[in-house]
Amino acid sequence: MSDTSYIKRPNRPLQVYAVIFLVVLYTPVLFIPLFSFNDSIYVTFPLTGFTTKWYAELWTRAPVWNALMNSVKVGLSVAVLSTLLGVVAAKAITRHRLPGKSAVVTFIMMPLVIPGIIFGVALLVLMSRMGVSLSLYTVSIGHLIVCLPFAVATLLPRFEGFDPSMEEASADLGENGWWTFWRVTMPMVFPGVVASLMLTFTISFDEFIMAFFLTGTDPTLPMYIWGQLRFPQEFPSILALASLILFVSFFMVFLAQWLGRRGLDEDI
Amino acid sequence: MLHRSDALRGYLLMSPTLLIMLVGIVAPFVILLTMSLWTRSGFEFDTTLTLANYERTWNEPIFGALLKRSFWISGVATAATVILCYPMAYYVAFHVHRNKMMWIILMTLPFWTSYLLRVFAWKVILGYEGVVNSGLIALGFIDEPLGFLLYSQEAVIITLAHAWAAFAILPMYVSLEKIDKSLLEAATDLGDGPAARFLRVTLPLSMPGIIAACFLIFIPTTGDYITPALLGGPDGVMIGNFIQLQFGPANNWPMGATLAIILMLWIAAIAAVFLFVTRLAARRVA
Repeated sequence: MSDTSYIKRPNRPLQVYAVIFLVVLYTPVLFIPLFSFNDSIYVTFPLTGFTTKWYAELWTRAPVWNALMNSVKVGLSVAVLSTLLGVVAAKAITRHRLPGKSAVVTFIMMPLVIPGIIFGVALLVLMSRMGVSLSLYTVSIGHLIVCLPFAVATLLPRFEGFDPSMEEASADLGENGWWTFWRVTMPMVFPGVVASLMLTFTISFDEFIMAFFLTGTDPTLPMYIWGQLRFPQEFPSILALASLILFVSFFMVFLAQWLGRRGLDEDI
Repeated sequence: MLHRSDALRGYLLMSPTLLIMLVGIVAPFVILLTMSLWTRSGFEFDTTLTLANYERTWNEPIFGALLKRSFWISGVATAATVILCYPMAYYVAFHVHRNKMMWIILMTLPFWTSYLLRVFAWKVILGYEGVVNSGLIALGFIDEPLGFLLYSQEAVIITLAHAWAAFAILPMYVSLEKIDKSLLEAATDLGDGPAARFLRVTLPLSMPGIIAACFLIFIPTTGDYITPALLGGPDGVMIGNFIQLQFGPANNWPMGATLAIILMLWIAAIAAVFLFVTRLAARRVA
């Protein structure tokens, strides 16, 4: 018996609560794939039969592919840009004595605590006053602002987590700043970089409210889904599309979180 | 001298990021603020600066009512989320010893996936012919669908609380995890039972996490658009839907800008009061 046993003692009711919590957290989303295989255009119990026709129908729809390509284009450019900017920001924050550092970090994190709709309309007003017509570029700018805080938040612990003396050692051994970055810093923070890329891609891929205000004629995937929600006969195909998106998102984020946290939390 | 050049190099490294944030945050807000002082005239803007829009929101009761309802809905959703998530954060911080990371990932995973689709899932569940109604009919509990499930404030509150759960868990978990366990032992040694120990040690020490969770949920949800649009119906319309209306069908951008600015000011005011009250309470406890 250790001396902390009364604190570590398992708490049965709390355990039950935790399990119920997780079930409730995941159940609503599971109804989407369940009904996407249901052979009826109505989303009602009892289930009528198993079918994959909604998926097959999705495959032949040109607008879906078009919206998918748009979302991938935006997602990839936003992921690369925000991670790049996140890396330099995290390096600057952790490796240099910045006066007013906490103010800078707070400023970068600001989009996290401002309602998305306010950002959306503010950027819309800016674009229209500058005479920029709405396109995938304006959507990307909106997504970049949303994703940057997440990129920095993912990368900062990585940069904080390793000893700057390794970089100093590399410098002492004659590497210049550029090569030190590529041969010492980068391999150390690499899992964080991959995690940031995947996380920001998923956020951009799933983002709705910015795209809602900043999309021109080319819809992203969430915008396409939004447009289809008006038509009840489209419900099953939307369920199929939503199931695919959810599956990919869950997979990407799981991998990103796992990579991002691995090696950081082991000391807890 | 050395420090100054180091700071300069640091800021030089930061400059692209800061520049983007300045262009993406500060510039839009300056223009939004300016536009809120304009008025609409036909399809054009009258750019003489005036407080006419602000006066209108003050004089017409619908704006105040919408704001009040938005704050009520997100306030209830925030309270529900924080209360329901606290035991979960507590469980993982104190009772999970192996695979802690897995638990954290499992709890936060849904948060990162499409908000639109998670709200859509609730529409599937609560709809007139949805999962709950058709399920209850199939089981023979009711003969007619329950109409009140969808298109109500309750539907919006349930969906918001569910959708933002992960955001509440993380900050509370972090502050619970940081608590020095020897303080709990000390409380026990000095004769506190489990309840007293929780109320006098754990709860006060986890307050920063609870406060952070409240902010992280209350602020974004007050301006939420998707949930009230899909599940709210006429009774569940929130200020975000009204702002969208001004930029969309109503085509009164200056009014929309005014509402966005007013929403920001109210959020800032509520946050300041909330912080002040919790600080005061913390001082009285200490």
